[in-house]
Amino acid sequence: MDVQDDIVKEFLVESNENLDQVDRDLISLEKEPSSREILARIFRAIHTIKGTTGFLGFAKLESVAHAGENLLSRLRDGTLALTSEITSALLALVDAVREMLLSIEATGQDGDGDYSSLTATLSRLLEAESKSGTSSPQTLASKPTPVPSAPPQTKAQPPCASPSAVTSEAESTCPPQPKSKAEPVSASTSAPLGSFFCNTGHVTEQQVASALEQQMDGDPRHVGEILVEQGLVQPGEVLEALQAQKEARASVLSSGNIRVDVGQLDKLMNLVGELVLARNQILQYSARQQDPAFLGTSQRLNLITTELQEGVMKTRMQPIDNVWNRFPRVVRDLAMSCGKRVRVEMEGKETELDKTIIEAIKDPLTHIVRNSVDHGIETPEKRIAAGKPAEGRLFLRAFHEGGQVNIEVSDDGAGVDLDRVKRKAVERGLITSEQAGRMSEREALNLLFLPGFSTAAKVTNVSGRGVGMDVVKTNIEKIGGFVDIQNKPGQGATLKIKIPLTLAIIPALVVTGAGDRYAIPQISLLELVRLEGEGVRQGIESIHGAPVYRLRGNLLPLVYLNRELGFDDGSADARGSDLRTLDFEAAIKGHEAWKVRLREFLDGKGSFDEEEVGRNDRCLLGKWLYSPKVQQYRYLTILKQLEKAHTEFHQQAKRVIVVKRSNNADQAERDLASLATMSGDVVSLISALRKTVSENAAVNIVVLQADDRQFGLVVDEVNDTEEIVVKPLGKRLKGLSTFAGATIMGDGKVALILDVMGLAHRASVISELRERGLLEDNKAEAADDRLEEQQTLLLFQSPDDGRMAVPLSLVTRLEEFPCSEIEKTGTQEVVQYRGSILPLIRISALLTERRRKARRAPGRPASQDGKVQVVVYSDQERSIGLIVDRILDIVEENLSLQQTSARGGIRGSAVIQGRVTEILDLESLVRTYATPPPNKSAKRKRGSENA
Amino acid sequence: MPERQQFSTFLVDGLFFGVEVEKVQEVLRYQQMTRVPLASPVVRGLINLRGQIVTALDLRRRLDLSERPDGQVPMNVVIRTDDGGVSLLVDEIGDVVEVDESTFERPPDTLKSSARAVIRGVHKLNGRLMHVLDTEKVVNQDSEGKR
Repeated sequence: MDVQDDIVKEFLVESNENLDQVDRDLISLEKEPSSREILARIFRAIHTIKGTTGFLGFAKLESVAHAGENLLSRLRDGTLALTSEITSALLALVDAVREMLLSIEATGQDGDGDYSSLTATLSRLLEAESKSGTSSPQTLASKPTPVPSAPPQTKAQPPCASPSAVTSEAESTCPPQPKSKAEPVSASTSAPLGSFFCNTGHVTEQQVASALEQQMDGDPRHVGEILVEQGLVQPGEVLEALQAQKEARASVLSSGNIRVDVGQLDKLMNLVGELVLARNQILQYSARQQDPAFLGTSQRLNLITTELQEGVMKTRMQPIDNVWNRFPRVVRDLAMSCGKRVRVEMEGKETELDKTIIEAIKDPLTHIVRNSVDHGIETPEKRIAAGKPAEGRLFLRAFHEGGQVNIEVSDDGAGVDLDRVKRKAVERGLITSEQAGRMSEREALNLLFLPGFSTAAKVTNVSGRGVGMDVVKTNIEKIGGFVDIQNKPGQGATLKIKIPLTLAIIPALVVTGAGDRYAIPQISLLELVRLEGEGVRQGIESIHGAPVYRLRGNLLPLVYLNRELGFDDGSADARGSDLRTLDFEAAIKGHEAWKVRLREFLDGKGSFDEEEVGRNDRCLLGKWLYSPKVQQYRYLTILKQLEKAHTEFHQQAKRVIVVKRSNNADQAERDLASLATMSGDVVSLISALRKTVSENAAVNIVVLQADDRQFGLVVDEVNDTEEIVVKPLGKRLKGLSTFAGATIMGDGKVALILDVMGLAHRASVISELRERGLLEDNKAEAADDRLEEQQTLLLFQSPDDGRMAVPLSLVTRLEEFPCSEIEKTGTQEVVQYRGSILPLIRISALLTERRRKARRAPGRPASQDGKVQVVVYSDQERSIGLIVDRILDIVEENLSLQQTSARGGIRGSAVIQGRVTEILDLESLVRTYATPPPNKSAKRKRGSENA
Repeated sequence: MPERQQFSTFLVDGLFFGVEVEKVQEVLRYQQMTRVPLASPVVRGLINLRGQIVTALDLRRRLDLSERPDGQVPMNVVIRTDDGGVSLLVDEIGDVVEVDESTFERPPDTLKSSARAVIRGVHKLNGRLMHVLDTEKVVNQDSEGKR
């Protein structure tokens, strides 16, 4: 029973592999119908299945396979030409066989499916051809072949002894015979058949050589045949030799490969994970050891573990082709059913991925591919009308990059119709029409990933059921990947997926927040930024309370790890995160405690090491002062002052003791009084240092990618990168989307792994779509009160060399456009900006009237090296760009309007940096000056009609 | 002969508790923990238990008892669950006691409702009552409630 089971199992595995190959072969056969090699391969696969099922007693499967084999043998012999009908029938055959194999796997029986219509189709195709065709071929020589000069079998093979000769004769002369003489053997054998005859001792090498010669001279028959005819060997012996040859070939294959249970590999991977953790701990421990032998051994352990980890990982790696290879079939079927023509191209088939990831992306990828064919690529008529080739192109590409795998699925179809997407989203109630109106292209594309969204005009059996891209996205994100769409209307769309190589052991960045370590998967990491000293004050700005950092000109929203994790009390160190690692309170307390001890000593209680009294680095404060954490602020003069005061304090203390010893009580008391003053200085200097440090504290920003957005995570410390083993959190903690799991660090402690997506959601970095409207309303409301508060202002030069300012929080972006890009619509200067038209306003021109009166200075071109500086301001629906001469500075000022202005566009004046500065009223400028750009208003109108 | 059962016992805020011996994986001294921000306050942290990560729940908090005084370190009673081990932080570990089914009694209705859910009943022992903890509920229910 067990033996039988094993045989069946083996058969199932082998057959499934063969069928996959047949699928691929049938598709490529359609492209080159004359390929004998491919046909022979397909035939062999079906033949093997048929043979084995007969042996194992699966009658139904055998009969279906048999029908297919008959058809195939005709195809192979060239008596039947391949038509797409035949291909479809053969593909259906493959499906039927697969179905039965599944049933065998599940129940041990070949199932009760009815395949009579399939068998009928197959025989009909066979019959039709037999009737219309010429006489049924009886011999190899007499049958018509597309290449009459030589029989196809010999043509494909070198003119030496070939094992398929005899078999193919047997097959082709009596095709319907189920138990044919021998298993067909691949042409690519290792040893010629002749040598097997020689080995069995039936013929001499000479005889084989002469048979070969005869063959070379034009005898179309094969070595086996010739030898049989010459009476040198019996047909049975030929079969034996063939069998021997086959076994020899099989053993060559099997010695190179073995099948391993995936569960076994998983176990191995887990063990390696544990080993990696143990290794990390040993390494950490060895850093504190001196013993060279131990250090050497741990180093070796480190190397071996790394290699082992790589090795085991490799065993789990599979080429992405394992998923891709079914796509030609999927695409063919789908394209046929929707009347399209699609060509599939692949690049990077050999790109390898962990098996679990391969499994995880199988369905999402299939869905994407189907989507591309169903929605992306147009029908041939439409394509021709659009001036494209009738055949669409689906391009799959995979490559490694930075420890990650990138997969791209692109088509040259119509691309995504954004207006339709928005309309649909409004119809489905996913967004309001107002939101749709001001949505950027990127946001509109992201609508595709919302649950319950589908743009398919009609529900097909392929796509359009509303489950789809959101599931794709969720599944990809589940394995730590990203999905992104790039869209070129009219030219196609590209879906990009980025996924990690493996899930079990990942490289991560370890950071500290509020004293605990957290691991951030490297896949989300873009870069690290450290701001020190002045950089902190200048680098971090705020947009209406939301901190941002200007990273190469783009505003990067900042998220404070401590605050998100609920540790921040919202106090001082919103910017200086180093601050919390410096305990100023403890330093002061340590100093006070030392003073108490001194007092007690002077009163004759307790003991004191005199040596220590004079030292400035033995007391608690001293230890703190000279710790690296404090010393990183060496550059601060206040720290130098504190060090000096502290040293003097100790020198004075020593003097007090000496004086006390000499029994000069009065002097001692006097000295003690001055010591108290000095101590007061020290304490106030510590407080001053605290203030300065909080203004200058270094800020560590970890720039992360979540979805299509970037944000900066501010952490207390950036520690190191480390290979971590991801361990799941218990059921209780699964609900915390901020954490992706936990891991064990080198010192044996547990550290949580941050889920970057979860964190971004928590910090509202990526929920913008729904909340932006609200936010902006608040912004406009708050704008009025804000002029009286402390705020950050963008200072720039006005055309008449005066100064003007706008609150930075109102500035959407600062841009620089080449003058050449400025175009004109009517009298309005505009520039193309992010897919829409941005009206430009020259301040000089805007305030012409007033300026002329003031200084008769015509609006001179505000350009610098052929470029203009533009301050972009957007209210809810409109954007304007202010061309300014020169941006001077960004200042934080307690703004109080000294003189309010009645003039349009100016809010009033204030004194900033000692100079009178005009504050522009951007809101009124937009309202009164900039009309909404025509394209936008049109879009809005359409949006509201739909709603 | 009435059925006898073994309980592993411990003290929490002066109360005497028992858990079926077969549910207890092991008992450990205080272990270093990594706190889990944003989690319910009952979750005191994560413990590295020979390479496995175990969640530690504070039984005092779970049962709405007073906070453990500063300086008193809790002990770990690691409970087996389908989801791996979960540690219950208790004040003191007691002996294993063997009790008779007949001494069991269901909790009175006057029991506070939060504790009621996790205390299956008491065994009346000589001189004191042993609270029988429903470990499954201790481990699970709270998270459902919080969600």
